[in-house]
Amino acid sequence: MPSFSPVLRDATYIEQQHMKKVPNRHPNFAILAFSLALSLLVSPTLTAQDDAAAAASTEAAADAGDGSPCGPGDAAKGKQLFNQNCAACHALDRRMTGPALANVATRLTEEEGLDCDWIYGWIRNSAGVIASGDSYANSIYNEYNQAAMTAFPTLSDQDINDILAYTEAPPPAPAAAAVPAGGGTGDPAAQSGISNEIILGALALVFALLVMMLFLVNRTLRRIAEANGVMVEKEKAEKGLPIWKAFAQNQFLVLVTVIFLMLGAAYFAYGWLMQVGVDQGYAPIQPIHYSHKIHAGDNGIDCKYCHSSARVSKHSGIPSLNVCMNCHKSIYEYKGNPEGPSAEDLANGYTNEFYTGEIKKLYAAVGWDEETQSYANEPKPVEWVRIHNLPDFAYFNHSQHVSVGKIECQTCHGPVEEMEIMYQYSPLTMGWCINCHRETNVQMEGNDYYEKIHEELAKKYGVEQVTAAQMGGLECGKCHY
Amino acid sequence: MASNKKYWKSEVELSADASIVETLRQNEFPEQLPVDAFLGEKEQLASSQTSRRDFLKYVGFSTAAASLAACEGPVHKSIPYVVQPERIIPGVANYYATTIADGFDFASILVKTREGRPIKIERNKEAAFKGDTNARIQASVLSLYDSTRLQGPRNAEGDVEWDVLDATVKARLASLASSGKQVALLTQTYASPSTDRLIAQFAERYGNVTHVSYDAVGENAALDAYQAKYGERALADYDFSKADLIVSFGADFLGDWQGGGYDSGYAAGRVPKAGKMSRHVHFEANMSLSGANADKRVPLSPAHQKIALAKLFAALNGSSAGGELPEAAARAVEELAAAVAKAGRKAVVVTGLQDADAQAVVLAMNEMLGSEAFQPEAPRYTRQGDAKALEQLMADMQAGKVGVLLMDGVDPLYTLPNAAAFAEALGKVDLSVAFSTNRTATTEAATFTAAASHYLESWGDTQLKKGHYGLTQPVIRQLFDTRQFQQSLLTWMGEEQTWYDFVRETWEGGILSGADWNKALHDGFFAGAAMADPEMGATAQQDKENAEGEGATSTVADLAGAVSRLAAAQTAEKTLVLYSKVGMGDGRQAGNPWLQEFPDPITRVSWDNYLTVSKKDAQALGLVNKYAANGGLDGSYVNITVNGTTVSGVPVVIQPGQAEGTFGLAFGYGKTTGLKAEMQTGVNAFPLYQGFDTAQEVSIEKAAGMHEFACIQLQKTLMGRGDIIKETTLEIFNTKDAAEWNHVPQVSLNHQEVPATTVDLWDSFDRSIGHHFNMSIDLNACTGCGACVIACHAENNVPVVGKEEIRKSRDMHWLRIDRYYSSEDTFEGDNVKKDEFSGALESKRGFEEMEDPAANPQVAFQPVMCQHCNHAPCETVCPVAATAHSRQGHNHMAYNRCVGTRYCANNCPYKVRRFNWFLYNNNDEFDYHMNNDLGKMVLNPDVNVRSRGVMEKCSWCIQMTQKSILDAKREGRAVTDEEFQTACSNACSSGAIVFGDINDPESEVSKLKADARMYHLLEHVGTQPNVFYQVKVRNTDEA
Repeated sequence: MPSFSPVLRDATYIEQQHMKKVPNRHPNFAILAFSLALSLLVSPTLTAQDDAAAAASTEAAADAGDGSPCGPGDAAKGKQLFNQNCAACHALDRRMTGPALANVATRLTEEEGLDCDWIYGWIRNSAGVIASGDSYANSIYNEYNQAAMTAFPTLSDQDINDILAYTEAPPPAPAAAAVPAGGGTGDPAAQSGISNEIILGALALVFALLVMMLFLVNRTLRRIAEANGVMVEKEKAEKGLPIWKAFAQNQFLVLVTVIFLMLGAAYFAYGWLMQVGVDQGYAPIQPIHYSHKIHAGDNGIDCKYCHSSARVSKHSGIPSLNVCMNCHKSIYEYKGNPEGPSAEDLANGYTNEFYTGEIKKLYAAVGWDEETQSYANEPKPVEWVRIHNLPDFAYFNHSQHVSVGKIECQTCHGPVEEMEIMYQYSPLTMGWCINCHRETNVQMEGNDYYEKIHEELAKKYGVEQVTAAQMGGLECGKCHY
Repeated sequence: MASNKKYWKSEVELSADASIVETLRQNEFPEQLPVDAFLGEKEQLASSQTSRRDFLKYVGFSTAAASLAACEGPVHKSIPYVVQPERIIPGVANYYATTIADGFDFASILVKTREGRPIKIERNKEAAFKGDTNARIQASVLSLYDSTRLQGPRNAEGDVEWDVLDATVKARLASLASSGKQVALLTQTYASPSTDRLIAQFAERYGNVTHVSYDAVGENAALDAYQAKYGERALADYDFSKADLIVSFGADFLGDWQGGGYDSGYAAGRVPKAGKMSRHVHFEANMSLSGANADKRVPLSPAHQKIALAKLFAALNGSSAGGELPEAAARAVEELAAAVAKAGRKAVVVTGLQDADAQAVVLAMNEMLGSEAFQPEAPRYTRQGDAKALEQLMADMQAGKVGVLLMDGVDPLYTLPNAAAFAEALGKVDLSVAFSTNRTATTEAATFTAAASHYLESWGDTQLKKGHYGLTQPVIRQLFDTRQFQQSLLTWMGEEQTWYDFVRETWEGGILSGADWNKALHDGFFAGAAMADPEMGATAQQDKENAEGEGATSTVADLAGAVSRLAAAQTAEKTLVLYSKVGMGDGRQAGNPWLQEFPDPITRVSWDNYLTVSKKDAQALGLVNKYAANGGLDGSYVNITVNGTTVSGVPVVIQPGQAEGTFGLAFGYGKTTGLKAEMQTGVNAFPLYQGFDTAQEVSIEKAAGMHEFACIQLQKTLMGRGDIIKETTLEIFNTKDAAEWNHVPQVSLNHQEVPATTVDLWDSFDRSIGHHFNMSIDLNACTGCGACVIACHAENNVPVVGKEEIRKSRDMHWLRIDRYYSSEDTFEGDNVKKDEFSGALESKRGFEEMEDPAANPQVAFQPVMCQHCNHAPCETVCPVAATAHSRQGHNHMAYNRCVGTRYCANNCPYKVRRFNWFLYNNNDEFDYHMNNDLGKMVLNPDVNVRSRGVMEKCSWCIQMTQKSILDAKREGRAVTDEEFQTACSNACSSGAIVFGDINDPESEVSKLKADARMYHLLEHVGTQPNVFYQVKVRNTDEA
């Protein structure tokens, strides 16, 4: 096969370097065992208990909440409203696009001398307050880069009171974090019933006992025999030709063996050669530890939210950093999934702090200054390591498969929503492509493009469904030009 | 009758002792491999230090090293945008409408960009006035990525900052007011309303400013004539589609005559519709594209053309004019006068003679005829050059009256006939600034070289034709530290305004008259209200008539004088006729490898210019063309002298159809400054362009030596198989049955003659479902301009191989335009004679007798690409199944599968397969655009770059059809007929190439397939091509 030029199809888009092939992630068996043990220890009941505790404490806080200076409010309802309307730009204890809102009503009434009507007015129509020449309104407007606050004319006084109540006395953080994970020393077996492992362990013990008993019985019998003067004769091996010599002398056998050895060697050599250039399982270390598991799995973000060009382009597209910042402007730290990091994650070092550190890497790359909430720094584009590499002579179009063929991303990319570290799931060999084209029916329904073709096919051959291969999906020129 | 005319590709084929022709007919590669030269030297081989054992060691080591290296793949980095521009989706092309106005070429175009890089120029089909894209415009995208471009301002010491340049110029401009010296602007033709306004403001600001427009290859005479008659410096426009009879006196309107771009109108009238087509009579000296397409071509020297023009005008007036013409020409003029008189309003006369009298007579004649094709009321502004003003400027410079000289888009030190005088005058200017994209002779001599932006990086506007405006917008940010001339003027005037704002102001202030700027910018063109408003048109008409009324007496007197001056034209013994080639123009893109490698449509020579000589003159001067053993063309050298100026070492091409006593030489070559060594080809013809007249009295003497041409003329002969071009006359076409003039070859089946198309060795695929692509090429509409060839290069990443490789017939053009000469007048005689031949000897002698090599041949152009045969001979011989068929009609070529046996190329009856003899990218031996990062930016990311040892060929732009299909699938709709295009069909402004789906009965191509003119190339071979041609019809009706 001729070598192909390194002139890349997208010369500016991709930079080429020499490889530091990163080994696949081999889960350490010790870690595996440890995590198994941990998973046994942290039982569902335990976490359920935590949830209950957290819920209880929230309720307690709500009951205890006596609202803000502007009047009583329901903090639980306030939290809901806050998350719906405010959280995109405000946090309780942290500057974001807008100021931190913890105790905002108290602060404004006591420090700035503003009344609640000002607050209501501001929330419903901040631009109007600014335009009226209000000094505090203008100062805060200028302080936050003249970012206009969305007007919320639909919020009632009571809604605002609820929100303010939440900002005055936010429900305490879930207690779950306080409970040391895996710290429980209770008897797990007793709690969750007799597990399979226990049964297996018991069986193993029984077998071991049996073996030992057999050995002991044997020894005892031998002793008895000796004591009785019975000589147990060891069978003497017959002096004859050693088996390997006999084998060597049988030329036919040697020939057959050699042939089989050669065939075997050829089989393995072929197998080895065929995997050259196939990078299935390739999971390079990326400059930012991006977890598809958290994004696509835990948070259920649609693949095409970030990889939007997969719908219309041949490239799925690595999302540009402004797409990341759509969410990460407000999501500045990782708080873990509700259960907290799993034991396995902890063993890998995937703590909340670790993930938060990765978000900071994103900020550094995009030039985001958290203090001023602005893109103040010089951006440093992220050099991701490309995982799925098709050779230049193969044309592949994502939109054809995603939009037209309506194929799930997971069909080729595997369970991405479970991948902590992204890896190449499929071999991406031509045989693999062809196989799928042979087996997959073309999505003709509801697509006017296929209307005529479908009609003719039905008329001519009486078939309702055709595979991609029958539509010409195996022709060389469809992918190689 | 079917045309059994003998076609010949070169006059060498007609000479008796041309054994090379026979050799080439038998062997595609006539030269033996030079192994003897290598193995023959036994001594050297023996003395070699490298033993056989060493050799094997090296081989073993390198194999092992290569296999080890192959085990590790490279790491690819993907770097996404930090903030992705809204309109850029990686992998999806964006199109922007803009206008090219580089001073020589003017057209509305679309630019295809991928990931922000312009990669292809397309025609803007929506534009009301297109100014069709020719080969140079198609290739201009590569000039953007020229690695020799100026990357910032410079002076004699080296690079400088713009600040320094600005400060110096501003200081000088300020000090000029007191010194009384003038500021002079010497620029290309802009035809730009905003630039005119800007220069007016600049003149107001600084006073004493002169602006001189200068065209390297100008139309002074035509401009002067139009100005004298209509009071405006412009060129009358012609719509040839409205003419039934087109008469041209040396006007190559399919080439660069008056800015070019007349193809589509011309071709529209050339396709027979309801038994009618236009008739084209052409008088010219050189064989030009227009002459090659003419129904009747009369080779005539420029002086004789003047006389002929005078005689025609006189005959139409019922008077007579003096002057002697050769007998054949005199008869032709007589017949023509009758025909013109008969055609009346449907006739049009044009001339390319650089003579104000001739131009004035033509304007008067068209007006007299009331020619419908003649549009003086809406003239073109694409040529503005003023020779007199330039002369005055040079005199002022010489006298030291010019303090500051600002130049943009011109290279007078290369293009002026009296460049030395200009250089001397330039030395007397205090400060000169030359704007240019590349280093030129002029930038080297100027005080400052200002790096100008390429038009794809620029803002601008153009009034292509009265009422038809084009907007230029940047499609990429400046690649280098460059600035536009207009922006610089604004800076020097101390304006804060940007050039973009200035253009917008001009448009919103006047041109748009209320229309939306964004829409105009989006469309790239704007047809002004002047055209749409009938009242305005009527007023203009009224004005015109008034003007005529007033000046009637003087005009008549002037005309009579002009006619008598024309009739008195003296014929020189030898006349040099200078012309510009469609591939090179005035030479401003001489550094563009696509254009250098583009074979001239007429001579099929690339990488050179040359003196075209008629066979008779060649014999008289002892000049020869010979074919070297490897099929390359060699030609004698001559020295040519015009008025004391000698250009020596000009190679000679013997050109059939060249008028006796005339010699042709193309502009645009022989440039040396700022070009890579490979691009410094040919000789500079500008020193001979004295008085800006293309016709010059010349003396020619033979020089020693032979020149090696890179000509693809005798290469890829069709191995003696005829019936390639079917041709008939309009009379036969209209009166006889199609079987007569479009005869299907017969073969014997079961001892019966049956049409070859009905016999088949193979079973056919069922192609009735889905798409089945076909392509139609109309030989009547094809003018041979070659825009498709360059479009194909750009779309398909076709490599440039260089002169040496072309000479070895290793050209890589996927699409070639074959040019065949034939013989006139002996049409019937030929057939009779040919039928009577018996035996090889007699037929050989017979053919030689039959045709007179010095006669004036008819010419046919035939674009040939892969014919995508349904029963492709290449597919059956490929040992690795690298080339295979699709049910959509494509013949696929899987490069990654190809092992390079070249069996397919040998078995292809059309010789359209191209072999990669070398690695043409990243290879210093081929230092063209694919050898540097900048030039590689033009590559189409959707098409593979082929490597060494791989066969390649036309893919019918499968990436484009696949895209159209995918777009339709994604949007859930049927594909429309217009969506199916290839690069060549898209680029074809004459509509000769039509591509589409024949399973769609409504498509244009399926209608063309049913046309009686349809035929396949080499039908008798039974390849069943998916490309078909339309029989060429000539309108030889005399009246």
